[in-house]
Amino acid sequence: MEYMLFICSDPAAPEYVAAEDNIVEWVAEMEARGVSRHGDRLRPVEDATTVTVRAGEVVVSDGPFAETKEWIAGYDIIACADLDEAIEVASKHPMARFGKIEIRPVWPLGV
Amino acid sequence: MTPGLTDARTAVEAASAEETARITATLIRVTGDWSLAEDCVQDAFARALVDWPEHGIPRNPGAWLTTVARNRAIDRMRSAASEKRAVRELAIIAQLEGMEEGGSSDPAAEDDRLRLIYTCCHPALPLDARVALTLRTVAGLTTGEIARAFLVSEATMSKRLVRARAKIRDAGIPYRVPPPELRAERTSGVLAVLYLMFNEGYSATGGESLIREPLAREAIRLNRLLVSLLAGSPHEPEAVGLLALMLFHHARRSSRTDSAGDLVTLEEQDRDLWDQAEIAEAAALLAAAEQVGISRRSRPGSYRVQAAIAACHMTARTPGSTDFARVAWLYDSLAQIAPSPVVELNRAVAVAMSQGPEAGLALIDRLDRSRSLEGYYLLPAAKADLLRRLGRKLEARDEYQRARELAPSEAERRYLGKRLAETAPAITYEGEE
Repeated sequence: MEYMLFICSDPAAPEYVAAEDNIVEWVAEMEARGVSRHGDRLRPVEDATTVTVRAGEVVVSDGPFAETKEWIAGYDIIACADLDEAIEVASKHPMARFGKIEIRPVWPLGV
Repeated sequence: MTPGLTDARTAVEAASAEETARITATLIRVTGDWSLAEDCVQDAFARALVDWPEHGIPRNPGAWLTTVARNRAIDRMRSAASEKRAVRELAIIAQLEGMEEGGSSDPAAEDDRLRLIYTCCHPALPLDARVALTLRTVAGLTTGEIARAFLVSEATMSKRLVRARAKIRDAGIPYRVPPPELRAERTSGVLAVLYLMFNEGYSATGGESLIREPLAREAIRLNRLLVSLLAGSPHEPEAVGLLALMLFHHARRSSRTDSAGDLVTLEEQDRDLWDQAEIAEAAALLAAAEQVGISRRSRPGSYRVQAAIAACHMTARTPGSTDFARVAWLYDSLAQIAPSPVVELNRAVAVAMSQGPEAGLALIDRLDRSRSLEGYYLLPAAKADLLRRLGRKLEARDEYQRARELAPSEAERRYLGKRLAETAPAITYEGEE
């Protein structure tokens, strides 16, 4: 099954410590296991642009679609046997400690 | 000879308690479809209610029910098999046809039941759904029965169950006994669900208790099943500890409230009403769990310690003969396993009982100042009791008042109101408010 990990900031999480960031090892392990499909960081919400089309008009606005204290800082698409493996993969990600990670199963559109 | 209608009904009920989990669990494993499995098992019991009074109770009810449920599943899968998915469905049908009819002693069936329990209690499901799903699929209660026990409409409960099954399927929650590295954590998750289920039934008061009491009985029954399935595993002693804890509580269910439905404290309960058979069973279970724990060198977990605390209270003939020094010591070890301000509060009360109210009051005051239990009515209630015993009536009154404002239920407010009236100075008392 494919899952998307939303790597999120969390104001209530312990402060980020660069020395405890194991992202390089995490990427290496998940690639070696064949879990990682694709993933990266995202630029901060200041660089977000939201687009809507209403009555045929394209409306472009600055900023994210929802103003929240938590924001998505990165994403990973992973392939796992089941949710337990996805939980294990997410729990090893450094941002599970410095932020939080939401796991969402991919829902194939089948087109 | 055909049995009477009542005999057949009793046999169906007994078979339901014995066989539901096993048959459902196996059908889920083979078909991967939770609702199909639950429906087919329910159909099988409905058929039994019609068939058994007429043709007699089968020699092996479990095998009879398994066959009927399995055939029903085959029929349903055949009629639902679309062109596109036929291959997969045909493979499942073939597997259903080869399914062992088995009996409760079938080791594969035991694995299936454990799979079912662990999956129902998966931490990715909301807690209320874990309880509901366990009652539905493992205990075999109907959606209507569960809805009544949780005081919600059948539609609401049905939605909760549908959501839970959908999440198991769509989020890829595995149907299995967790691997060794997850088993300790997941087993305590299962125990937590059973304890929650028990408390939902046990803590209900008044008219509600009649409707909700079955939850406590189901929790005990499921806990017994879990204990038998975990026999020999390192997690068995803690499951036994929880069973002992539940039985100790359950033994005093009829003394918890008075005829008006008001709560009666442990101290004031009529100990003649306590169920001595349940107390003896709980004590024996606890002793066995300690023995096994010692031989496997596994440190007692929080349920075993809580059961040991309950044992101190439940085996004392009078409140005064309770070994409060041991209770305080046990709360101390509980605080090390599962630190919480509520445990600290209970320890303070036990210290007050063994060393005197002043020693307990000092501990409670410290807890009060730390504000870690702010809004929790039992802190001022405990403080008030100690102040009253020290003869400091005015302070006691303030604390009873504070407790009453924070109390969550009418029964508790009434109880505190009574205490408040008792500490009232006779002359200035002008009624509450």
